[in-house]
Amino acid sequence: MTSHTVSRRDFVVVLTAAGGGLLLGCRVGDRSGAATAAAGAAPPAFAPNAFIRIGTDGRVTLVMPQVEMGQGMYTSMPMLIAEELEVGLDQVQLEHAPPNDKLYANPLVGFQMTGASSSVRMLYQPLRKAGATARVMLITAAAQRWNVDPTSCNAAKGMVSHPATGKKLSYGDLADAAAKVPVPAEVTLKDPKSFTLIGTPAKRLDSPQKVNGTAPYSIDVRLPGLKIATLAESPVLGGKVASVDDSKAKAIPGVRQIVRLEDLVAVVADHMWAAKQGLAALTIRWDEGPNAKVSTEDVVKGLDAASRTPGVVARKQGDAAAAITGAAKKLEAVYQVPFLAHATMEPVNCTVHVRKDGCEVWTGSQVLSRVQATAAQVTGLPPEKGVVHNHLLGGGFGRRLEVDFETKAVRIAKEVEGPVKVVWTREEDIQHDVYRPYYYDRIAAGLSPEGRPVAWTHRVLGPSILARWAPPAFKDGLDGDATDGAVHLVYDIPAIQVEYLRHEEPVLGTGFWRGVGVTHNNFVIESFMDELAAVANQDPVAYRRALLAKAPRARAVLDVAAKASGWGRKLPAGYGRGVSLLYSGWDTYVAQVAEVEVSKAGEVRVHRVVCAVDCGTVINPDTVKAQMEGGIVFGISGALWGEITLKNGRVEQSNFHNYRVLRMNETPAIEVHLVRNGEAPGGIGEPGTAATAAALANAVFAATGKRIRKLPLERQLRSG
Amino acid sequence: MTILNINGRDVTVDVPSDMPVLWVLRDVVGLTGTKFGCGMALCGACTVHLDGQPIRSCVTPVAAVAGKKITTIEAIGDTPAGKKVQQAWLDLDVVQCGYCQSGQIMSASALLAKNAHPGDTDIDEAMSGNICRCGTYPRIRAAIKQAAKGA
Repeated sequence: MTSHTVSRRDFVVVLTAAGGGLLLGCRVGDRSGAATAAAGAAPPAFAPNAFIRIGTDGRVTLVMPQVEMGQGMYTSMPMLIAEELEVGLDQVQLEHAPPNDKLYANPLVGFQMTGASSSVRMLYQPLRKAGATARVMLITAAAQRWNVDPTSCNAAKGMVSHPATGKKLSYGDLADAAAKVPVPAEVTLKDPKSFTLIGTPAKRLDSPQKVNGTAPYSIDVRLPGLKIATLAESPVLGGKVASVDDSKAKAIPGVRQIVRLEDLVAVVADHMWAAKQGLAALTIRWDEGPNAKVSTEDVVKGLDAASRTPGVVARKQGDAAAAITGAAKKLEAVYQVPFLAHATMEPVNCTVHVRKDGCEVWTGSQVLSRVQATAAQVTGLPPEKGVVHNHLLGGGFGRRLEVDFETKAVRIAKEVEGPVKVVWTREEDIQHDVYRPYYYDRIAAGLSPEGRPVAWTHRVLGPSILARWAPPAFKDGLDGDATDGAVHLVYDIPAIQVEYLRHEEPVLGTGFWRGVGVTHNNFVIESFMDELAAVANQDPVAYRRALLAKAPRARAVLDVAAKASGWGRKLPAGYGRGVSLLYSGWDTYVAQVAEVEVSKAGEVRVHRVVCAVDCGTVINPDTVKAQMEGGIVFGISGALWGEITLKNGRVEQSNFHNYRVLRMNETPAIEVHLVRNGEAPGGIGEPGTAATAAALANAVFAATGKRIRKLPLERQLRSG
Repeated sequence: MTILNINGRDVTVDVPSDMPVLWVLRDVVGLTGTKFGCGMALCGACTVHLDGQPIRSCVTPVAAVAGKKITTIEAIGDTPAGKKVQQAWLDLDVVQCGYCQSGQIMSASALLAKNAHPGDTDIDEAMSGNICRCGTYPRIRAAIKQAAKGA
């Protein structure tokens, strides 16, 4: 067992809030070690693994291997550990984990990563085991002290007791002795029937700080001598700096330095206002490079041409092509989804202090060890000389799975004396994002004379994010993310062929966006299912249901959503109801029914979304509901309006006026129904988003008779 | 030199008169609870109160606020409406990433201070300038109604 050194963690101070709950405080700028002392923390007497530390003062500190970006991870992970450790959530304090792939790798990918709706799926057993191991060692220590059989002792609320004699000792009293107990190789986990935390609606541990402005995000970092910088990258993607006239910028009070790099210019100043003013005063001439004329139309032409070639087979069952040829009815369609920006509420930012002998980085990242690696690469320092302080993330949605912005911040900081906080303006954040790919799918089906599908082919066409981001995961020409959900088609269709065709975008960098490959596939699959139902002249829910005899969990969520939505009840003219069903590698089943109203002008008003979710074992039911609610809102923004377009090599959108997102007055009533069982936990961060677009598009079809095969919906409705 | 009244205390700052209050609060005074989201009054993350009225501090120059009372998220819990709103936010676990919530709470507190029992339309009007990418809107609406019950 390794326990990392205190020096890597001394920036984090955790204070117990007076009214219960937790304060996760970030003491930045205090590297003397005084931070630890100031917190009054006794040395961690008992650290049986990388997740738990118990001091002789009874302080129980849980180190969070996965980051908190809104998805409730800093509540679910403590629940998993505390359940087995037998402490209350009001008795624990939290720390961000430092970068360390050995201790905190996500088993899904083999390195430290929060994403892919994987945290609970991957850590349900390991974190429980960590808690149980500590509990067993504490009980063993108590039994040895009392000279009794460990099985005659029990643990609860941070105390070990021996009921026969009435003896009790706190975990703090036992910490020193427990540290000397050999770590057991195997421990017995609690029977789920005796859970007291897992499955109950626990209050979020990060709420108190988030309602009073004290929650620390990386953009809030303050350090002695800190400068603030903002930057401009080439408006034409891939362009380079040709010349910079900074005479006017340097005259602005508060502007300290202009940093010119090959691909960007940054203004370093005393505060963000001076930095912004300075940036506006620069005259930058850009060498626009080969992309100066590229537009979205060029991208689509390239995709369309590429889509006519067969792809690599990702799922094959029977001879689908032959079955379609011989079918009574044939249907085929092309579906398209646009580039999307993340637009996290906290614009990307990163603070860096490069010294001769080390580099310190303050950020909010979903891939902490990669931040450490890029800092090492840029500075030429060994990775262990790079200290990375993680923070609460002001939204992730996949944006912070990339280290492009930390890399740029370190490159800028290399040119600056002292610490510098690099803050992207919203415009730079949107125009230099790593975008959700434009996907261009060809899909076809053959129907029996009764309208039942006998064969299904689906060719997914888009870039491989995995090939760049996790190369070992890209095997034999297949990208499991791009085809996620498509290969999991749950409907009972005799012949199925799913293909993947890799097509890299030459201009835009592409990356993960909440819901990843499933978000696009679910829109394609579930819209097309609706097309089949319409051709067969059948009710969309009944049509799907008839194909789910072998998928009882899918059928169950469909039934719950249909019933709760009042499926089949009459709606006013201009209204429509649409359904979608989702299953994918997240191992979660979701059904959604959306109710929309479409105006003559083509405006879509979403009135209601009913969602049923079966994610197997539930850790915190309130978090599951919150993730579905929020995921649906995120999905509606993307489906109705979300679109990044290119003109003359430039991203046309820049801020929330032209990259529109849902607001309070546009938000529908959302109902979430949990279908609970004891199956293995599935992911919940993304399915809510991924199931939304198809439900909306199908509702638009029900309202208008228009089948929308290309997102965003409103643009298509308005263009006729 | 400009004297600002922030959360009941006078603070002297040496900043350009056109500097938005947002950056004065965050980068000069050190009150980082007020957030930067868009810089164009489009998202509401930077909302503070000026003499009790919600304003977007990212587009409000410091010259426009001298002599007026600025209240930020750090002190809104000292007002009756702000206290109720924060408690309702905790009771319903509104927050997710939390980044926009300072602004949401400032807008909601201003609404409740002038309208003790807001209806859905009032909530839409008062809150539609505040964007939340995590999609906490349904809970924000419910929390405002819950806070109003305690009014």
